[in-house]
Amino acid sequence: MAVYHCSINGQNRQIESADPDQPLLYALRNDLALTGAKFGCGLGQCGACSVLVDGEAIRSCQISVSQAVGKTITTLEGLGTIDNPHPVQAAFITDQAAQCGYCANGMVINAVALLMRNLKPSLDEIKQALANNLCRCGTHDRILRAVMRASGQVMP
Amino acid sequence: MTKTTDQNADPTMICVPALNRRDLLRATSALIVAFASGATQAQQRDTPHLKPGKSLKTDEVDGFIALAPDGSATIYCGKVDLGTGLRIAIPQMAAEELGLPLEAITLIEGDTALTPDQGPTAGSSGIMRGGVQIRQAAATAREALIGMAAQQWGKPRTELSVDDGHVIANDTKERLAFSALLSGKPFALKIDEKAPLKNPAAYSLVGKPLPRPDIAAKVTGQHPYMHDVKIDGMLHARVIRPQAVGASITAIDDTAIRALSDVKIVRIKNFLAVVSRNEWTAIRAAKELKVVWSDPANLIGHDKVKSWMLAAASDARQSAGKEVLTQKGDSAKTLIDSKQVLSASYYWPLQSHASMGPSCGIADVRPDGVTIWSASQATHRLRGICARILGLPLDQVRVIYRDGSGCYGTNGHDDVCADAALISKAIGQPVRVQWSREDELGWDPKGPPQLLAMRGAVNGEGKLAAWETEMWLPKATASLPNIPLLGPEAAGIDQPQGLSTGLISQNAHPPYAHPHLTVRVNWLKDSPLRPSNIRAPGKIANSFAVESFIDELAASAQRDSLEFRLEGLTDPRGLAVCQKVAELMRWQARPSPAKSGSLGRGFSYVHYKFNETYVAIGIEVEIKRREGAIVVKRIVCAHDCGLVINPDATRQQVEGNILQTLSRTLYEETQFDTAKVTSVDWQSYPLLTFPDVPELVIALLDQPHLPPLGAGEAACAAVPAALANAVFDACGARLRNVPFTPDRVKVALARGYA
Repeated sequence: MAVYHCSINGQNRQIESADPDQPLLYALRNDLALTGAKFGCGLGQCGACSVLVDGEAIRSCQISVSQAVGKTITTLEGLGTIDNPHPVQAAFITDQAAQCGYCANGMVINAVALLMRNLKPSLDEIKQALANNLCRCGTHDRILRAVMRASGQVMP
Repeated sequence: MTKTTDQNADPTMICVPALNRRDLLRATSALIVAFASGATQAQQRDTPHLKPGKSLKTDEVDGFIALAPDGSATIYCGKVDLGTGLRIAIPQMAAEELGLPLEAITLIEGDTALTPDQGPTAGSSGIMRGGVQIRQAAATAREALIGMAAQQWGKPRTELSVDDGHVIANDTKERLAFSALLSGKPFALKIDEKAPLKNPAAYSLVGKPLPRPDIAAKVTGQHPYMHDVKIDGMLHARVIRPQAVGASITAIDDTAIRALSDVKIVRIKNFLAVVSRNEWTAIRAAKELKVVWSDPANLIGHDKVKSWMLAAASDARQSAGKEVLTQKGDSAKTLIDSKQVLSASYYWPLQSHASMGPSCGIADVRPDGVTIWSASQATHRLRGICARILGLPLDQVRVIYRDGSGCYGTNGHDDVCADAALISKAIGQPVRVQWSREDELGWDPKGPPQLLAMRGAVNGEGKLAAWETEMWLPKATASLPNIPLLGPEAAGIDQPQGLSTGLISQNAHPPYAHPHLTVRVNWLKDSPLRPSNIRAPGKIANSFAVESFIDELAASAQRDSLEFRLEGLTDPRGLAVCQKVAELMRWQARPSPAKSGSLGRGFSYVHYKFNETYVAIGIEVEIKRREGAIVVKRIVCAHDCGLVINPDATRQQVEGNILQTLSRTLYEETQFDTAKVTSVDWQSYPLLTFPDVPELVIALLDQPHLPPLGAGEAACAAVPAALANAVFDACGARLRNVPFTPDRVKVALARGYA
């Protein structure tokens, strides 16, 4: 059982795993009680398991525990809380931008990553940034609205 | 995996040497568990809370409502919130009717030990039936509390009212808390179907866009989803599905997984699973275990479904009979007498529920009772299924609801719980089964295919003269308690056989004046893959065909398609939604197609099931001819579902209906060869993505004095035809086969239809 060290939500954490190729997702969900990231496909196609790795939105089903070593990782839980949400989370709450909400983790994480590199994205830029994040319930319009709101803009 | 030291580290994990297990696996006995039973540990755990002693009856107030001495209230709801907003809407209805503050209410959903069986959360019935039942219980409770106060004060009931958890004397303003009146006792009352309902003019909660209680937790990672549930001693399992539908196991070779520690194999006939304490280990084992399956070719292939349906209808072995569903006047004669008869056929393919999170369930099968954690839309039904497959009396099984990934009908939730129950029973420990993406798209029960052929004629005045619909549909099996589940089927456990489809023959003719009308159906005994109800079952395909063909008739008569509809429409609520969309689209009367060659508009109207919600939808598109691409610019919807309980949650349901159906219409078809489903990831089964999302304009036409109807499905049914009609208007190409792929658009551009 090897031990892998990384920073998760501002804390140094150890991940024990018998397999260096184990995706980070399972360590987060099963060993670290961080269930915000969701298993959606395991193929890097849907975005439900996204986390921020050194400020970039990465699919945690596609990064192994050994690749996570030394990285600074932020999960949905690390962004904010119900009482003190991150501005993107607050916008999602204001716009009620979730139905089942299973994809919401990926939407919030990718929106945060977008706003870190582009403070005022256009609606089309938001659509492109979220193009590889899937939602089945059809919440897209509210998610776009929420990301516009989080960047201080209103939906055109 | 032969680490015997594990026995000391964790007594629930007892492994046997690999050799023994392999020997066992070669045998064909009914049940092989490659490690010792954990029954001893199971007996030491807490007894599940199977019999709480509260009423579970749907005709008793106490079934639904419990008031605590501290003034708080619990509402027990047999229906569940599938991400639909029921979790705020039901408390709004109950609090409003009972005179309680919303904050006083805790809602318990779907727990079979605590909630009455209100039927599955299906068919848009959450509010329309489930909520209305609870509202009537609340009205009964309120009348009873007023009666108690009247007796205590010696005042007539008419001088009392309720507010904020108290009965209030209108004259003296004296207040008596509900909890004081009840003094800890239950109501012990039958629900009075005649208990008066509050006047909508006095509503303070119903009709308000109150925020849903689950969203803040969902977007901060704090919401406890089914997939996040952890039970003490829980093991992770993966079920290994066959290489072909109906295949059986020929041989198993575990050489490849011997290097993995802590893996067990569970086999019951052709049901095969791997179990581990570690989820990733279970995933690896499932992937690496070598299984040789028999090689049946039971399927017809997705590209042959249409011809199969036509042939099956005239094959005595495959036909389940022909039936005339509706007949008025003499459509056959009128068509013969007509100068020009139009005919067209429309096809809706098999589709997956395609939930974002593959199905997940947990079962804890103990000698003294069974607990199942499930995201099923039908926990009460699932309870019966689990009892049956485990061979236990119903009262030994409890199903607890936890939110899953979006559920749009009977998807894999019931299957996965049956998987977990079989494995947990075999090993005597709680087991969590998580399906893979391939499992979900490959093995969830599919929306059945539908084929419709229309014939119609317009008379000399340009009005609809005659209409005939002929349908080819898999026939649902009467009184089938549930769809046959994969796990029990593979394990050779008897279960009721048959097809479940939902009510798929409704909305099969136009809701406009039609003096001569016939609707026929060719019922088929089978469906190409195991079917189930998927959102707006049947109505989505039927409305696609009906509202497309109406447009084709209008175009053939050079009539404006909206005027053509409206002159045959008399229902004022139907007229209102149509006129609202026309107003929002600034609809100008003219025949289709438009002259632009690339920009178009389409319209569709649906009165859901002909007796529920009214929906009109208008869509504006641009066609990119070279790419065969349909760019959806704007979707306008007017929606009348009666009394609106929570306008924001309702609006969100309508948005979801529209965008999900846009996805189903543009992109989705389950593909399969003769062995199994081949569209098993998001590349081969694509969904709508953000760049496709059009502007949405939604108008809710509230009817405060009418009963609430469903909002979970109706708008779906109006989307596909509005889109097809918009494409035709834009470029004269008629799309009659879903999905509207670029290839089909190009074919339609070349020859007029596809």
